[in-house]
Amino acid sequence: MSLQTIIVHAALIACAVFALFPLLWMVSVSFMPTGTSSVNPPPLLPHSPTLDNYRVLFERHNVGRYLLNSLLVSSLVTLVSVTLNAMAGYAFAKLRFRGRDRLFQILIGALVIPAQVAMIPLFALVKQMGLVNSYAGIVIPGLATIFGVFLVRQYALSIPNELLEAARIDGAGEHRIFASIVAPLLRPVLVTLAILTFMTTWNDFMWPLIVISDQDLQTLPVALAGLTREYVQDNELMMAGSVVTVLPVLVLFLALQRHYIEGIMAGSVKG
Amino acid sequence: MTGGRGTRASLAGWLFIGPAMLVLGVFFFLPTLAALLMSMTDYDLYALGDLANLRFIAFDNYTALMRDPRFWQALGNTIYFVALGVPLSIGLSLGTALLLTSRLTRWRTFFRVSLFAPVVTTLVAVALVWRYVFHTRYGLLNYGLTSAGFEPIDWLGDPHWAMPSIVLLAVWKGFGYNMIIFIAALHSIPQELYEAARMDGASRWQQFRHVTLPSLAPTLLLVGILTMAGYFQVFSEPYMMTEGGPLQSTMSVLYFMYEEGFKWWNLGRASAVAFVLFLIIFALTLLQVRISRRYASAT
Repeated sequence: MSLQTIIVHAALIACAVFALFPLLWMVSVSFMPTGTSSVNPPPLLPHSPTLDNYRVLFERHNVGRYLLNSLLVSSLVTLVSVTLNAMAGYAFAKLRFRGRDRLFQILIGALVIPAQVAMIPLFALVKQMGLVNSYAGIVIPGLATIFGVFLVRQYALSIPNELLEAARIDGAGEHRIFASIVAPLLRPVLVTLAILTFMTTWNDFMWPLIVISDQDLQTLPVALAGLTREYVQDNELMMAGSVVTVLPVLVLFLALQRHYIEGIMAGSVKG
Repeated sequence: MTGGRGTRASLAGWLFIGPAMLVLGVFFFLPTLAALLMSMTDYDLYALGDLANLRFIAFDNYTALMRDPRFWQALGNTIYFVALGVPLSIGLSLGTALLLTSRLTRWRTFFRVSLFAPVVTTLVAVALVWRYVFHTRYGLLNYGLTSAGFEPIDWLGDPHWAMPSIVLLAVWKGFGYNMIIFIAALHSIPQELYEAARMDGASRWQQFRHVTLPSLAPTLLLVGILTMAGYFQVFSEPYMMTEGGPLQSTMSVLYFMYEEGFKWWNLGRASAVAFVLFLIIFALTLLQVRISRRYASAT
């Protein structure tokens, strides 16, 4: 092995430790008995591992409920927004209609507007609709996204026109063409979009924080933020809460990391 | 193509984009326009209950902001966060991308996945871990410092250190994303360029300077704009780590907006804050595009 190879790998290992250590430590501390992590030097591994923190979280702090809320909200947003974005993205790429290019340009231009600009009037709107403190209120802004429409369109451009024309000559309606020909072809980009959407919704904090005040409807991140303010000293409990919050998305990512990473590359390079 | 088929296709197109456009129109474009109008009213808790209480006050919210030292401090803090965080984050992303695309590197997938893992985690959760790492008495950082013979630092309690600590969390959480984008861009540089450079006797550094960097310029611009825009929208980090303190030293513009809007229910004033933030991001985006054009035409 050359000196250069050693330097490259030493640098990579240092970066990997920087990236992974906090996550591994979080898991380790979550198994420590209450109070044992607040000592000097900070312990790396639990001396007598326990599941007590997790038990307390689920039995006393209703974390099962928050977990279900997060699952429900994220699944719902993913299901609806992938469907709507797929339909719109395909239409922008392959169907001709009046105003198509003008409209698409407006969408691309609007990508620079931060979501927070719309957030306050959106809250007033949701309030008028009577949807504050409801699942509907949390999912509403995510039901279609410009980024999703854009991602699907870029991918759908590669569908050959002849294929669609042939189906039209055979007398297939546009909806059948979409369902039986286009959707299967779009599968890879839809999987990527589904993962991206699920994770973004799962991790979202500011909007659910604003729109939900009823404890029973809180998503995991909001509930965890609330718990910290009360149990700031109980480090081990908080780490267990963090593990419960992070684990589902981390497992999803590890299982599907190729789709996820390729999706980011596709979105950036083609764009 | 006959008129009939054209109309049919046109109708189909609108039916397909209809649902998505309806959602975007009602829940994004309408509120964005409304934000501009709302920022010129005294929309507050009373107006939220009954719109009859709403008054048009033109630019009063904006002039009030300009006179509010807390807003200026929030803006200054945010600019500090962006100025420190964006170069660090992009530098680390580019550095790790170069390491991962080096021909010498083995276990590529393992390293790529490890370095990317923080990106998919939930900020609220990992902020708690970092709060423990930064803990004055039991944190790992201070253990390292005191073991090496230095004085411990009150990372999150000292106004000088609180913001750099939050920058460290943000960089850790985010650098993997741009790393992936840089890897894709590095893969798309034609190998012939490097071969030609080597034949001309270019050193490794010269290859980087004259082949890699110019080829990466469009990606650097994109990454620069997106990262800057993202860093300007910092909220969860100070909310979780310091609640804007100590002495307001980590109060960001969005945190200020959140408090104006949802703590004091000055929704009109909060909309003005959001709009100012948008204008700043927009202006800096234009500036970056302008600079990169000048740079591109100069080389």
